[in-house]
Amino acid sequence: MLYLLVLLACVLVTLPLELVLGVRVYRRPLRLLLTLLPVFAVFVGWDALAIHAGQWSYHRLTGVRLGNVPVEELLFFLVIPTCAVLTLEAVRRTRPTWRIDDDGDEP
Amino acid sequence: MSYSTACVVGVVGALVLDLVVLRTRLVTRRAFWTSYAICLLFQLLVNGMLTGRRLVTYSPETIVGTRLVYAPVEDIAFGFSLVLQTLSWWVWWGRRARQARTRAGTATEARRAVPTRTR
Repeated sequence: MLYLLVLLACVLVTLPLELVLGVRVYRRPLRLLLTLLPVFAVFVGWDALAIHAGQWSYHRLTGVRLGNVPVEELLFFLVIPTCAVLTLEAVRRTRPTWRIDDDGDEP
Repeated sequence: MSYSTACVVGVVGALVLDLVVLRTRLVTRRAFWTSYAICLLFQLLVNGMLTGRRLVTYSPETIVGTRLVYAPVEDIAFGFSLVLQTLSWWVWWGRRARQARTRAGTATEARRAVPTRTR
């Protein structure tokens, strides 16, 4: 349960970036989904291989798994990348002169 | 492949994605490094909790053994790869959408220009 609470905290702590600072990450759901998909595939694959090889193991989780990957880890690879995107957009919002390749983007 | 080796592959893979495949060149941008520094700070906090409370444990043979806030030092590379790959895709999709809009705009102007020229 602690793992899920930590993930929930990550979502809640970054929520003001969307709601107060107005970074428009959740409001661009297609772009967010297309970003999460390849990252999710790569890292869940890595996780599954590492678990299979016995490189790491999990304790005191809910026990719900997809294959050998705990549901907490599946959520981790959705929540943390989303937090990273929120962070980048917040940095850009507060430092508009710091250019990135997709400047002037909207959807 | 040990976790240490996998992490090297993970970091190199993320750099290739950013610099060669998607050409988002985020590692040359101040906005990226500032964002990454913030993510790293929170990673140490979150990962420290998960490893400190032993929700995740690592096989000693697969890591070099150096630890930072309870977690194997390899996790820093893992996190870097995760953040860079994510932000690279995010920026790439944004750039694509902008280019598509620019093309659509140019096409509209071109269509408008045709009757003027034939007239």
